[in-house]
Amino acid sequence: MSNTPVSPPTQLGLAPSPSASGSTTRQTIAASTQGVMLRSVMKKYGSTVALEGINLDVPAGSYCCLLGPSGCGKTSTLRIIAGHEEATSGDVMIGDRRVNDLSPAKRSTAMVFQNYALFPHKTVWQNVEFGLKMRGVNERERKPRVDEMLDILGLSKFASRKPSMLSGGQQQRVALARALATRPQVLLLDEPLSALDESLRVKTRGELRKLQRQFGMTFIQVTHAQDEAFSLADQIVVMDHGHIDQIGMPQEIFNAPASRFVARFMGDNNIFVGQVTSVAADGDARLIQIEADGLGTFLCRGQAADVGTTAACCIRADRMQVTPLSSAFDPTQPNQVAARVVSVEFTGYVTRVSLVIEATGQEMLYKVSTHGWMTQPLNEQQLVCLQWSTDDCIFLSH
Amino acid sequence: MLKGWKSIEPYLLVTPQTLVFLLFLVFPIATIFVVSFWEFTGYSMTPAFTLDNYITIFRSPVSLATYLNTFKFVGLVWFFTLIIAFPVSYFLAFHITSLRWQIILFLICTIPFWTSNIIRMISWIPFLGREGLLNKLLITLQITQQPLDIFLFSNFAVVLAMVHLYTLFMIVPIFNSMMRIDRDLIAAARDAGASGFQVLKEVIVPLTIPGIAIGSIFIVTLVMGEFVTVRLMSGGQAASVGSLIRNQIGSLQYPLAAANAVVLLVITLAIIMGILRLVDIRKEL
Repeated sequence: MSNTPVSPPTQLGLAPSPSASGSTTRQTIAASTQGVMLRSVMKKYGSTVALEGINLDVPAGSYCCLLGPSGCGKTSTLRIIAGHEEATSGDVMIGDRRVNDLSPAKRSTAMVFQNYALFPHKTVWQNVEFGLKMRGVNERERKPRVDEMLDILGLSKFASRKPSMLSGGQQQRVALARALATRPQVLLLDEPLSALDESLRVKTRGELRKLQRQFGMTFIQVTHAQDEAFSLADQIVVMDHGHIDQIGMPQEIFNAPASRFVARFMGDNNIFVGQVTSVAADGDARLIQIEADGLGTFLCRGQAADVGTTAACCIRADRMQVTPLSSAFDPTQPNQVAARVVSVEFTGYVTRVSLVIEATGQEMLYKVSTHGWMTQPLNEQQLVCLQWSTDDCIFLSH
Repeated sequence: MLKGWKSIEPYLLVTPQTLVFLLFLVFPIATIFVVSFWEFTGYSMTPAFTLDNYITIFRSPVSLATYLNTFKFVGLVWFFTLIIAFPVSYFLAFHITSLRWQIILFLICTIPFWTSNIIRMISWIPFLGREGLLNKLLITLQITQQPLDIFLFSNFAVVLAMVHLYTLFMIVPIFNSMMRIDRDLIAAARDAGASGFQVLKEVIVPLTIPGIAIGSIFIVTLVMGEFVTVRLMSGGQAASVGSLIRNQIGSLQYPLAAANAVVLLVITLAIIMGILRLVDIRKEL
């Protein structure tokens, strides 16, 4: 598990705001921000363990995405940070304060709920005003702050409308405005984009990232969509079955998945499981050889492995070379397999080729740019040789 | 031929329902309305168009006092059913988290409905009477030396019995409204810093108002037309418009009874329209 701390983007909150008006006041909103730390946080529902000892550092001012399939514990983690659920054990720290026993409002966090949870009986203006009103900010002070939030999120002309009269995207912005109005130090977002349609999702994604830079606030977002996490996050936390599988920058997660689960969840990875047959020193790393029954041997680099244990490696669908199978194919060479083309799918820029290794029935995926495919097409049912370099073959420790 | 059939088909489909409505709703009310303008003597009534019946109602201090008393019952019963039903519903909807217990406790609320109204009313008598349990208890506790008469056959007994009879009609719609409140709204309010009381005031009460309105309509219509409870629990000492109408029918003063019925109906409908104008209940239906 790599645990590289992520340095916050520079000049947060002081970046020139895109519109000329209000840039001075906006800096006051980004007055301060705090990081979030979880130490051995565990959550049980009855006898079911939902989270098993989560340790997580989210640096102040960074954008962190909790990524995983449904039921992996990402939402529980978020709600525990927010204070809407109580951890069974462990510590939740915001900045240097332990906040386990504080109410949500006292944690300087604000949450954007999955279905926005806007108050249906209040206008947009009253929704955004709500947090300030509850905290006893007087009316004269409230008005400019609400107006400012509405202005930043482009909602001024909807101020007197009820949420039901707004589109999904507008409701989402109201939810953001309501959460940001109290000037939290950490913003927690629960699947904020999942209720939007595809084109709006891409657009809103950009706006979220822009807002985070503008406010210089710590954002922690829960998502099940890897593209969302890749495009937004400084740090991605991949979760599975109540524990963290990998923490890293988007590129790290994409290029070097640490486990079979992460490799599979990222998609487009071909995974081979076998026995470690040799481990050799190779500079800082180890050169690990894995032998899989009926598939051949694979060479990859990793930190440590024990001979005789079960391990896996993966190769990304676009990092292989495909050639028609010839008599020169030597099955004893590492990092190559013989497979039969099952189907070819044209998807635009990329052509997806599904293959099957006939010896074991394992399915493979090969992705190639459509342009590259045109120059060297293969027929369905043709036998091919897939090979790749040791540098691209990734060792998966668990 | 077929085309002609198609064009009248929708009308034929609604005919049975329309006939039922006409026969059992419109016709009786129209009859009452017509009869309310008839003349009557001590022994007979004759078709006519006279406003005398209405004038009698509004000139007679007795009937005005009866109307006032009816409104008093409506007001008191509405108030007490509301202050009982709201906390009960709140407890059921927000404090009981398991669906199983919600169902069990809700069924317990409905237990009084497993027996008839009359039996439920009569069962108060041994409790409230001069020699009843309540008086015995008060004497034992030395709160009073003499048994008190105010408990039974009084306005107190009438209101008590009606509250007992009708609270469920308030609980059901309020509980229903509360169950429809998205729990994330409460979490969002807490997240924004609302205290328990503020969550109640800013989120739960406003979103429960439609349920309260529906419950209020039930209570108003039920209590406005009450006469059995009034008669039984007041021992004939208190009157409501319902019991007034009943007495007039008993003494064959049909036109006067009809006029009272029309006035009562108009007032009830006006109150309901007032409630509907204030509260949009469509979302609850």
